[in-house]
Amino acid sequence: MYSQKVIDHFTHPRNQGHMDDPDGVGKVGNPVCGDVMHIYIKVKDDTIEDIKWETMGCAAAIATSSMVTELAKGKTLEEAEKITRGEVADALEGLPPIKMHCSNLAADGLKKAIEDYKKKRGSS
Amino acid sequence: MRVYLDHSATSAVDPRVVEAMLPFFDKEYGNASSLHQLGQEAHHALEEAREKVAHVLHCRPEEVIFTSGGTESNNTALKGAAFAQLTKGGEKKHIITSPIEHDCVLNACRWLEKIGFEVTYVPVDKYGLVSPEQLEEAMKKNTLLVSVMHANNEIGTVQDITELGKIAHEHGAYFHTDAVQSITKLPLDVNTMNVDMLSLSSHKIHGPKGVGCLYVKKGTALDPLMHGGGHERGFRSGTENVSGIVGFAEAVRIGEEERPTVMPRVAHLRDKLIKSTLEIENSWLNGHPEKRLPINAHFCFRFIEGESLILRLDMKGISASTGSACSSKSLEPSHVLLAIGLPPEDAHSSLRLTLGRDNTEEEIDYTVKVLPEVVANLREISPFKDSYE
Repeated sequence: MYSQKVIDHFTHPRNQGHMDDPDGVGKVGNPVCGDVMHIYIKVKDDTIEDIKWETMGCAAAIATSSMVTELAKGKTLEEAEKITRGEVADALEGLPPIKMHCSNLAADGLKKAIEDYKKKRGSS
Repeated sequence: MRVYLDHSATSAVDPRVVEAMLPFFDKEYGNASSLHQLGQEAHHALEEAREKVAHVLHCRPEEVIFTSGGTESNNTALKGAAFAQLTKGGEKKHIITSPIEHDCVLNACRWLEKIGFEVTYVPVDKYGLVSPEQLEEAMKKNTLLVSVMHANNEIGTVQDITELGKIAHEHGAYFHTDAVQSITKLPLDVNTMNVDMLSLSSHKIHGPKGVGCLYVKKGTALDPLMHGGGHERGFRSGTENVSGIVGFAEAVRIGEEERPTVMPRVAHLRDKLIKSTLEIENSWLNGHPEKRLPINAHFCFRFIEGESLILRLDMKGISASTGSACSSKSLEPSHVLLAIGLPPEDAHSSLRLTLGRDNTEEEIDYTVKVLPEVVANLREISPFKDSYE
């Protein structure tokens, strides 16, 4: 069902962890659906200096959380905002159609974290 | 170490069953309806198989109809009884079942609703038990059939079929039970169980996939789903799958013969597994603690998701299953877990472990060691630690 890349990110997740003092937090999904992702970012000079995540969900949810943070780390906010679900899925060498919503969730989580950061900073 | 704990999903075919089946592929390959010797030998094997199954069910051989498995047997029981009403112009258009039945029963019922039948889904309690009182209340003058599974495939709860069947009969309705999970695990007797129809499947009892049977009490009004050459006394046409049927019957015979010694041992291992697992924080057992299948252990572990749990266990060599939405084709959580009152978020965090006669103490010890580690790892990466907020 899953590509080797997905299994790799599922077994050895990157950037996993809690952030005590994040500059922005993106929370997506809900326990009723079975997939929840929290994405935490630390921003310096409009760049994602550090990024972490906590996820409750299937292998695809865990792998997409890991991948989206890999793609976003070190990028400017502008670049990170543009990361799409397609890019996340492609970077994982594809997801089964039924699991594509997980990549959507991950991309949304990142966008929400950036939005949250901007709100906190007072800029739109 | 490879530990298979998914016996309610399927099982390995017993080597003795394989041996019994082999001649029927390339030596005794006759069509059981053919008049020549080769056909008659196949016919003889078919009838011998029928007797074997009838013996275990305590019924007459002619009351055993071979099918392609549990799904077909269940469909035949429900739709066959329903169609017989339609073709005879009968008035009994009400069916009663439970919300924890297997998908094939529920989907067959939903389809029958589309063609004018009324279906009542009698609620179950938190253990998944159907209460005789609630069934009594649901019975109507035009109730055709009550269908309640003997043992639930997910949470393992065992119903008091004898009592439920009695109520159905008191109101002039047929009683059908899906015994796919209970055959060879619990004793079956169609007479004492008050059933008119009973479904069995081969592949969960160390028999081949693609075969099963439906017990149909003599005199039951049933139209076939499969029309054709009139096989199985007109109840199920189609050239008989003799090799499969021979295998199925042998699996039933062996399973029932070994049940008195095997099942207590398996239940003991299962109980050991349950006791250790419940030491994990924020976990519980689903289904009735005592009225449960000897092979079944079903848990919830809060704050983690079932598919990821299954895959992590798989990586440690343990095969199991879950009722989580992420693991299903429909992305819906298990209807059984929702029916017993679990909120969706808990249904997603479920784990089903179902033992078989070949599981060893060593395998259970290994599982008991691995499971808490895997749960802890997934909880570490989960955003929820104490509650779902």
